[in-house]
Amino acid sequence: MKRYFHSELEDLRKHLILMGERSIDSVRLAMQALLTDDVSIAGQVIALDDEIDRLEVLIDAECVRYITLRQPMAQDVRLMTVAMKANHELERSGDEATSIAKRARRLAEFGKVDDFYNIPRMGDLALEQLRDAMDSFITEDAEKAMLVPRRDKEVDDLNRDNYAKYNDKISLHPEISRVSIELIFISKSLERIADHATNIAEEVVFLMKGEDVRHTHEVKRSVM
Amino acid sequence: MNPVITRKPFSMSDQAKPAADSSTVAPTPAPRPNPATTASTPTAKAEVAFDIQDLCVFYGKTQAIKNVHLQIPAMSVTAIIGPSGCGKSTALRALNRMHELTPGARHTGKILMKGEDLYASHVDATVVRRRVGMVFQKSNPFPTLSIAENVLVGLRLNGMRDKTFLNNRLEESLRMAALWDEVKDHLNRPGMSLSGGQQQRLCIARALAVRPEILLMDEPCSALDPIATAKVEELIHALKSQYTVVIVTHNMQQAARVSENTAFFYMGSLIEFGPTEQIFMNPKNPQTEAYVSGRFG
Repeated sequence: MKRYFHSELEDLRKHLILMGERSIDSVRLAMQALLTDDVSIAGQVIALDDEIDRLEVLIDAECVRYITLRQPMAQDVRLMTVAMKANHELERSGDEATSIAKRARRLAEFGKVDDFYNIPRMGDLALEQLRDAMDSFITEDAEKAMLVPRRDKEVDDLNRDNYAKYNDKISLHPEISRVSIELIFISKSLERIADHATNIAEEVVFLMKGEDVRHTHEVKRSVM
Repeated sequence: MNPVITRKPFSMSDQAKPAADSSTVAPTPAPRPNPATTASTPTAKAEVAFDIQDLCVFYGKTQAIKNVHLQIPAMSVTAIIGPSGCGKSTALRALNRMHELTPGARHTGKILMKGEDLYASHVDATVVRRRVGMVFQKSNPFPTLSIAENVLVGLRLNGMRDKTFLNNRLEESLRMAALWDEVKDHLNRPGMSLSGGQQQRLCIARALAVRPEILLMDEPCSALDPIATAKVEELIHALKSQYTVVIVTHNMQQAARVSENTAFFYMGSLIEFGPTEQIFMNPKNPQTEAYVSGRFG
């Protein structure tokens, strides 16, 4: 029996999906700004961050209101906890994308970057992870969600490789250390975005199956 | 001349006709708003159904209600919550003068219903109870009457005989109570043959048949299972576009689900009144906070 207030759950899902779309757009645009030197795109990312922040406040308020007034049970109460956590993960992803965009703007002032190493590949993987995590929420597919954490190791490995390469470059060419330092931070941001996607996917598994799969698979931690 | 509430024969129209004796004039009940246009009349939402002014109620020497001031908004659901013995039911029953049926009951203060003093000396309590209907904790269909007879008993007692009118009102009332589809093929069966949840909805239909302006509900779901409770709550949600509903409940979760405004009573006093969302999410009074969070009650 569908109750009159169940439409509030649908509204919550829609807002979360919208937030996912905005976060994904934010990461995509940030990478575009970085790889094409187009600083105007960086401005779009910063504007998107404001919208993401507003959605975070809205979603948290909706969850608290629903928990208070509707006393959800079973999957509905799991949806509340998952929504609040995924909300936070998406907001942090947006922040990381904003950080990348701002660093892209600074890099543009230093001149053309001669080697991004693994950064473009990490950008593709991080976006793919975020998309798959959100898709698994939309389609309520726990099996698809479980695949996301298993791919996180590749992103971590690429980040560690970047760190080693840029470290060597700083040693050999200290005069361009500013560029390498910015790229190290960008690599770290992409690694964090992939982590946020992993966390979202784990929450989807909890939502659909009631199983807490966090920390049950081996994820190599970044050295940073 | 001030309008008075006086006994009058039932009219086919919801609009009151002037009495043959022109010394008193029956007030015209407020026209039932069309839900489709309610949104275009925001002032209707802001109207006050009851203006309770310094109400005190006594049963003998015991004071059950202490100096309550409260304005209950019209066309919405207001919940009254509080621990056992706090005066919730007394407060509710004062709104249609049902407390007067208890020997030794008396009150001070005023209750205005849309500006009219319910307790003015010329006011007929029976007519008040027609305009302010009540549904009780334990469903009480008349045991010797059929489903149809239960719904129409109020109209028939007031002299209504037109069969077409009665049949139409029967169907309308049962539809409003979300019971029509379940009983339409056996309206002649006894009212007591229905399940508990159906009996309660039958009582709601009976109350609605006389077209009250306001519906009072005293713990209407406390004797019902969760599914029947859900159906009654859905009904309350549907009714609030056309009626003012005041519901007493000791189930805080129910109050949170169904009401727009909540009044918290404790030991006969009104402790806090406000939007339900605010009462349950961020109450202002520490006693309210303690009660809704389960720390006493």
